[in-house]
Amino acid sequence: MLKTALFDRWRWAVLVPALILALPVAMVFISVFSPQFAVWQHLRQTVLADYIINSLLIAGGTGLGALIIGTSTAWCISQYQFFGRRYLEWLLLLPLAVPAYIIAYTYTGMLDFAGPVQTWLRAQFGWSFGDYWFPEIRSLGGAIVMLSLVLYPYVYMLARNAFSEQSASLSEASRTLGLTPRQHFWKVALPLARPAILTGVALAMMEAFADYGTVQYFGVPTFTTGIFRTWFGMGNAIAAAQLAALLTSFVLFLLLLEKWSRRKIRYYHQGQKHSAPSRRQVSLTKQAGLILGCLLPVTFGFLLPAWQLCSWALANWQRTLDGAFWQLVWNSFSLAAMAALLSVILALVFAYARRLKRDPVVQFPVQLAALGYAVPGTVIAIGVMLPLAWFDQQIDLFAEQWFGIRTGLLLSGTIVALLLAYSVRFLAVSLHGIEAGLERIKPNMDNAARSLGFRPGQVLRRVHIPLLKGSVLTALLLVFVDVLKELPATLILRPFNFNTLAVRAHELASDERLADAALPALAIVLVGLIPVIILARSTERRMRGDE
Amino acid sequence: MLAIEQLAIAYGPHTVVKEISFALAEGQIGCLVGPSGCGKTTILRAIAGFEAPAAGVVRLQGQVVSSVNTQVVPEKRKVGMVFQDFALFPHLTVADNIAFGIAKLSKADKAAKVKALLKLVGLPDLGQRYIHQLSGGQQQRVALARALAPEPKVLLLDEPFSSLDAEFREVLARDIRTILKQLQITAVLVTHDQFEAFAMADMIGVMQLGQLQQWATPYELYHRPASRFVADFVGRGVMLPGTMLDPQQVETCLGIFQQRYLPETKAGDRVDVLIRPDDIVHDDDSAIKATVLDKSFRGSHILYTLALSGGEQVYCLALSHHNHAIGEQIGIRLDLDHLVLFPRSHGV
Repeated sequence: MLKTALFDRWRWAVLVPALILALPVAMVFISVFSPQFAVWQHLRQTVLADYIINSLLIAGGTGLGALIIGTSTAWCISQYQFFGRRYLEWLLLLPLAVPAYIIAYTYTGMLDFAGPVQTWLRAQFGWSFGDYWFPEIRSLGGAIVMLSLVLYPYVYMLARNAFSEQSASLSEASRTLGLTPRQHFWKVALPLARPAILTGVALAMMEAFADYGTVQYFGVPTFTTGIFRTWFGMGNAIAAAQLAALLTSFVLFLLLLEKWSRRKIRYYHQGQKHSAPSRRQVSLTKQAGLILGCLLPVTFGFLLPAWQLCSWALANWQRTLDGAFWQLVWNSFSLAAMAALLSVILALVFAYARRLKRDPVVQFPVQLAALGYAVPGTVIAIGVMLPLAWFDQQIDLFAEQWFGIRTGLLLSGTIVALLLAYSVRFLAVSLHGIEAGLERIKPNMDNAARSLGFRPGQVLRRVHIPLLKGSVLTALLLVFVDVLKELPATLILRPFNFNTLAVRAHELASDERLADAALPALAIVLVGLIPVIILARSTERRMRGDE
Repeated sequence: MLAIEQLAIAYGPHTVVKEISFALAEGQIGCLVGPSGCGKTTILRAIAGFEAPAAGVVRLQGQVVSSVNTQVVPEKRKVGMVFQDFALFPHLTVADNIAFGIAKLSKADKAAKVKALLKLVGLPDLGQRYIHQLSGGQQQRVALARALAPEPKVLLLDEPFSSLDAEFREVLARDIRTILKQLQITAVLVTHDQFEAFAMADMIGVMQLGQLQQWATPYELYHRPASRFVADFVGRGVMLPGTMLDPQQVETCLGIFQQRYLPETKAGDRVDVLIRPDDIVHDDDSAIKATVLDKSFRGSHILYTLALSGGEQVYCLALSHHNHAIGEQIGIRLDLDHLVLFPRSHGV
């Protein structure tokens, strides 16, 4: 028994990488056991309250903003028939392609004193500096608006599915029981969609907690910027890790909320047969209102910033489109491709192990490793840095003692660190896609192929690979794009003098060279559009399949 | 109580319901049957107010609720509906589902009403359960209780048994009929299953392609079908070819039969005579012999498929102890209470 357990290849194939992937987050929590009284005393007296309050306000505000925008647009799209509805249905997803730090500095460029909006206002009304009040975008409120504008699609997607999966007879039942359509929304449709909406809100809030680029650029002190400051400003990595542990606890609470909501979704959908709801026809005036309402978030979350980026990029392309830019593209793409490949290979191993071995020794480590998607990039970066730096130090010491040579930074200053961080953060993305693909290959298909005379290897080649190809490609692409957009972990862990599109855009923007940052930013947004298009197409296909 | 007059409903250029008229008195249960896509559910939805008529009128208690010019919104009609998929609210308990339509009542009144309804539908102890904890038959009963709670003037049931196992259907149909009769509720049921219709309804309407072929009692529908479609759709039977000898007599291979005067026929016309299985009586002494082609045992009865001397096939429902082997010749006699005949259609 013990022997077979020890020599089970699948268990080792899962346990070793899963533990490595779980290590960074574990390190962050382990750091709690090394109290840093002096630093915490200082933090508590100065900035800790700001960190906590600002982070909570930003997450809460973003959650509320995403809730309102996402739910209302989802309701309009799923319930009413109006001109352009089919286009708006996927246009509303577009802001997902824009990372928050990019929209933040785009709006800063548009709205600051020298920007087009204030310039136009001054020209129009003859105002000059100090004559008028204009809202300051670089503020806590501004950060909430920015984050809401790009994160509402999480709520929109889930709420739209929830609303359109509600059987048409539910609303008819409400009406035969004397409720007006408005009462039906508040008493039935909304409570039924609540688990889905909550899941979306939790996801948006997790992203808001994790955001570094926006708050750093806006100068709002939060946990993520605080972790940076404690580590690089105060030079205390352990205290930074402890801050990270505190931040992660907030996020884990949201994660629990999300998991709990997801369970509820399933339970709310039991015993309901689907009958495709018919969308309500409305008058032309109402149609105009609906179009306008749905266009607002698309315009402010995507069209306007994209247009601004394009105009900046076009004005400066002769200067910015140089060898250095192509070097950035190469760095970003090769890094993202490596990370995507690694992540998908890991996901394939994990997914197959879980399919073949139903025992907890395999199931639990995989689930643990997949939790990384909820952990902010800053936290993962610290979690990666601590053990790698320790490892490098030990090797260095060892080599010096025995061979008299210094090995220096073997792993922590290299791409290995980055790849580990990306694998931790994005494993869930690839795992989710591949497990969904594998689920379609029913175990009986294996049995059928075996009974028709194929060996296991042949079953893999003739049945699994053709069926899995699509999911693998999608997973590769999704991780690729996520890595390309990732900012904080890359910023911390990148090798010296190694720049990516995201890092460069952030650096240029921080140096107030907004127009120069446009080209790398635009490249990120364009690549970011690919998964959004895939998402839009797959949901459309699914919806059509229902009808 | 409920009157439908010359009702027509169209989706764009397609008229799905054509000039339907029928009426139900208070406490009567009506049923619309027909193959799927015949427009029966559309009529139900028009009564509930979910479809607007292209022509005609729907009256509830004498008041026009649907016409080309007026359309009372569903929530103001006091029409209850039981949906095909039950449409129970999964986020509410059974008791909250039932109380959903009576939100304006006081708390005590509501509780009393819910309790009474749960007892009525035979689920007195399940008020605190959630919908997903109930079986299909229990969900059906909750859906009925919820629809009855606001004391509707008219109750509509759209294929209420279609998602249940066959064995439950008849019991539940009987139970629901008893409840509706007890409460004196006017109800309209839609189904594609004639046995459900027979079990539930006082009046049955047979629909085909958006038209009401016949509106009659179950007995009349079976024994005096107004059209060939109704004859085919309701019950089992065969069409035996015959020739009119004069407007009162028809000759078939089973003999000459008297019939009431039918204006459309004259001597020499070729007609089809509807023969139900129970019209053919097994009689060993009869001179008419038929060969047993097939038999299906039904417990108390055996349904024989017989071939007549001329090759025509008929059914015969014989008592179970008249057991004959396939291929055997048995004597039969036609015992027609009344003749149902249709002009021979071309090409048949």
